[in-house]
Amino acid sequence: MADVELTPDEVRHVAALARLGLADEEVERLGRELTSILGHVNTIAQLPIADVPPTKHANPHGDALRPDAARPGAPREEALANAPDPTPEGFRVPPIGA
Amino acid sequence: MSGGWQRDGYEAVIGLEIHVQLDTASKMFCACPNRFGDEPNTNVCMVCLAHPGALPVANAEAVRQSARVGLALGCRIPAASEFSRKQYFYPDSPKAYQISQYDQPLCAEGSFHVPGEGAFTVRITRAHLEEDAAKMIHAGGDAGRIQGSAGSVVDFNRAGTPLLEIVTEPDLRSPEQARRFLTLLRATVVAIGASDCDMEKGSLRADANVSIRPIGSAGYGTKTELKNMNSVRFLARGIEAELERQLGLVLAGEEVRQETLHFDPATGGLTSLRSKEEAHDYRYFPEPDLLPVTQDPDDLAALAGQLPELPVARFARLTGAGLPEATALLLATEVELAAYYDELAGRVGDAKVAANWVMGELQAHLNAAGIAADASPVTPARLAGLVGLVVDGTINQTSAKEVFQALVEDPAADAAGVVEARGLAQVGDADELGAIVDGVLADHPEEVAAFKGGREQVIGFLVGQCMKASGGRADAKALQALLRERLSA
Repeated sequence: MADVELTPDEVRHVAALARLGLADEEVERLGRELTSILGHVNTIAQLPIADVPPTKHANPHGDALRPDAARPGAPREEALANAPDPTPEGFRVPPIGA
Repeated sequence: MSGGWQRDGYEAVIGLEIHVQLDTASKMFCACPNRFGDEPNTNVCMVCLAHPGALPVANAEAVRQSARVGLALGCRIPAASEFSRKQYFYPDSPKAYQISQYDQPLCAEGSFHVPGEGAFTVRITRAHLEEDAAKMIHAGGDAGRIQGSAGSVVDFNRAGTPLLEIVTEPDLRSPEQARRFLTLLRATVVAIGASDCDMEKGSLRADANVSIRPIGSAGYGTKTELKNMNSVRFLARGIEAELERQLGLVLAGEEVRQETLHFDPATGGLTSLRSKEEAHDYRYFPEPDLLPVTQDPDDLAALAGQLPELPVARFARLTGAGLPEATALLLATEVELAAYYDELAGRVGDAKVAANWVMGELQAHLNAAGIAADASPVTPARLAGLVGLVVDGTINQTSAKEVFQALVEDPAADAAGVVEARGLAQVGDADELGAIVDGVLADHPEEVAAFKGGREQVIGFLVGQCMKASGGRADAKALQALLRERLSA
């Protein structure tokens, strides 16, 4: 597999998805760093591991389910305590899509 | 009428995505109560508010109910499924991702048969578990809000409640098929007990993917998505409007644009929901905080064996009992009516008689009162009392209607009591009937002469007069027989 080089546009796209604003010099630097990380992934990808199932979890045993029993949540004042702009009942957020 | 939608050489291609809110006690990944209608932000905790470090644990009952629905939809339930993160930014999603399922859903390929005239089968692509989003209360109506600084208020009570998303293949060919499919699906999920599927409360929400293509072509046209239709009827009407819109575009030589639309049932209009840069780049990846969910084949077989009678089987049973298809379909799929019918039929012991009452007097009363069957003051037990009096010949049909009305008006009354209080018991006694008949014949010599002269239809008039003289209580059959006997004497 050939090395992947991220274009500045790809870097900006990834940044936009993560809601990050990048200055032009950051685009250049992060492009280099991401390319290097992907290069490392590429190296790993060359290992002969086609028959090895992916390890998505460290715990090999499935099923950690919870019985369906409800208990009260946090008091509302507590839930709202860290909100930057709460109303008495809820979390106020800035207008959307404006 | 249940054939395909076809116009000017084009046919409809429709697929549905249905969100079912599961009726569990607690949320999908935390123990907060899963309850509709509570005060905002009173059923929330660190997990569903996405405080750093809070870990989700999946709800076993949500998994079990989803598997039951999947089995009813003929789905394959894989031995293992897993949760994935779907990334997007919106204030209704506190983690900035939704825990959903991606390439390993709980329920895979199924198929669902819709019986009756023009029966059809819809392939189910998948059904997967996910968490619902919070509710946005958009500012506007409240007094004292300053325009422009208001924004929205978020209520996280619904955030993290369990949702089962059911996705169909684009196998539906008309708005009517979509309506029939969704009606049957809803009845099936309700029968299973996984959800109340109350579309007004939002516990069942449907999106439709709609496109048209030249009849007989195998490819697909550009599709649009109709979002969040909250009644089965509006779903059909919205699809119909969108099909007409697309056909108009295509016939005018224009192109259908891929977009998300909202149907307004009040105006019948469709508005585009500004495609939020439409670059759906959700970057799904496996949820590291949750283990895969495994399914044991023996447990699944047991679950399948414990499913209640489903609407499709009900339909077969009711048609088997001699009910017309249209009646059977209604009594198999209209949830409240179905439950009412079952209880009445059980008490009356005759499927057809019970169906006649439900489809006749009861439906008329429900329509007039604008209520569902389970809200009627005439409970199945009270109606069964009335039907029993008709079946055993105590009262005739005319009196039965009067008694039914009395049961509607007085919730404390019972049929036998009304019959006794109003003296409605049928007059079938030969002496009593004979006196009535003789009186009527003596009062109407001209009609009697006409009958004897060959105008047989006059007997209808005479029956009516006798019925009137009896106060509506005469046994109609005995009366006819007696009249004929006297007239031919």
